[in-house]
Amino acid sequence: MRLDREKADPVVSPMGLSAVLFEAPGAFDLDTQRRIWALAEAVRNWPEVIEAAPGMTNLLVGFGAPLRHFDAFAARLLAAWQTAEPGRAEGRLFTLPVVYGGAGGPDLDHMAGVTGLARDEVVTIHTSRDYTVFALGSHPGYGYLGTVDPRLFIPRRRVPRISVPAGSVSIGGWQTGASASDGPSGWHTIGRTAQRFFDPASDTPVLLRPGDRIRFVAEAILP
Amino acid sequence: MIEILSPSGHASVQDGGRPGQRHLGIGGSGAMDGLALATANLLLGNAPDAAAIEVPGVPMRLRFLRDCAFALTGADSDATLAGRPIPTNWRDFARAGEDLHLGHARHGVYTTVAVAGGIAVPSVLGSRSTHLRGGFGGFEGRLLAAGDRLPVGDSGAGPGAFGVIAPAKALPLEGDGATLVRVLPAAEYDAFDDAAQQALWTTAWKISSQSNRAGYRLVGPGLDLAEPIEMRSHGLVPGVIQGPAGGQPIIQLADAYTAGGYPKIGVVIEPDLWRIAQTPLGGTLRFRRCSFAEGLAAHDALQAHLGRIRVWMATCGFGGLAGAAA
Repeated sequence: MRLDREKADPVVSPMGLSAVLFEAPGAFDLDTQRRIWALAEAVRNWPEVIEAAPGMTNLLVGFGAPLRHFDAFAARLLAAWQTAEPGRAEGRLFTLPVVYGGAGGPDLDHMAGVTGLARDEVVTIHTSRDYTVFALGSHPGYGYLGTVDPRLFIPRRRVPRISVPAGSVSIGGWQTGASASDGPSGWHTIGRTAQRFFDPASDTPVLLRPGDRIRFVAEAILP
Repeated sequence: MIEILSPSGHASVQDGGRPGQRHLGIGGSGAMDGLALATANLLLGNAPDAAAIEVPGVPMRLRFLRDCAFALTGADSDATLAGRPIPTNWRDFARAGEDLHLGHARHGVYTTVAVAGGIAVPSVLGSRSTHLRGGFGGFEGRLLAAGDRLPVGDSGAGPGAFGVIAPAKALPLEGDGATLVRVLPAAEYDAFDDAAQQALWTTAWKISSQSNRAGYRLVGPGLDLAEPIEMRSHGLVPGVIQGPAGGQPIIQLADAYTAGGYPKIGVVIEPDLWRIAQTPLGGTLRFRRCSFAEGLAAHDALQAHLGRIRVWMATCGFGGLAGAAA
């Protein structure tokens, strides 16, 4: 099984008529992601662009109207990628207590089974490194965190769960994160945190920013 | 003001959407049938993306608390105003105290109830659309309930009634009994095996009952990749057709998540999304492969349709009735 597809060259593909997806070549790592953030900042100022949303080593670029000249835009985007210099700003550190397993972590047993680890080993490995917020996305305030220890790599669920609660801490592929509101998920939920990530009434509705770091701390491991 | 007398399952306030905030994880929301919203607003002289009530095909009763021009577009829901039948794709005028009743949708799913001046709920994070998962926007961030009183914006629109051609007649797309939509192959199209690529274009896909404003799940053959891949999550837009490994395809729609990571086999072009919105659960969809140029032509055809309505309204002198539209 190919666990991750590394592209030899950057790829630009249409996402309908009024958005394109840029995918960076090479490894899923922080250096590549820092260039993606730089590319997003550059592209956001282009007149036809209404949004530039980083994903995991990729960038969705949206327009207010259909793109009339796809090839010309793709060429411009590739040129901007070549000159995108990764920023070096250090993000803030957030420490999040997590209750692993139990009702809030229904997939901890499954994770242990698939990875061949004991339950507490899964937790030890998950809490043993600081994660970087690679991107915000999915639902309001949700941060995609990377990257997980290779021993915890697990493919997404074949069938997404209909709903997991806010605060659910999950793993999917090389990625981990904590849900900002109740909703469906295709990842494996191993615990829950009480931290809240989104408040629409606030001047800064979203807590996390790309580049911030997250440290999970095990508050308890429930059977 | 408009008062909701009896709620309709999942009716909500929606506008043209909340653009430009995917980098915060905040998706577009907005009308499922964007053409119905644009048409209704055109008939009333509103801004094209003004907020309206979107009613998903089940009966609902509301009362106008003041004299008010309104328009019904989208699904044909057997509407009556104070007992008088009101067609779809129609603009009319209600007197204070009159009740508008919508029945079960006969053709289509979502009925747009628009009012001159628009539904004037506060704009939150750049839009009046209800963001259901985030619990903000629209009316108190939630679906409408009996007793809700919705503010209506100011408008000079006066009495008068007229209708326009149904979009399915103006923009026909023959689908052999199914709803036909045009699709651009997406980034992972070539990663699916030959059987999956064939199935995409030849299957009459049934829309699962596990479908909603976020997305439609399709029932048909499972789509397999030539070899398994685990994707890096990336930004999503309405229209993306994802194929979870061996599973049933999912089309992302108005309330789609801003990001996801299942392989994409195709993207339904924006000018055809309204056709999906108006296909009921249990109905069937077919996909026709199109080029980027054909997609642009479809967009232009839809805009030309709205342009013809605008010209016709001006020619007939309805522009003044509608306020600013002419």
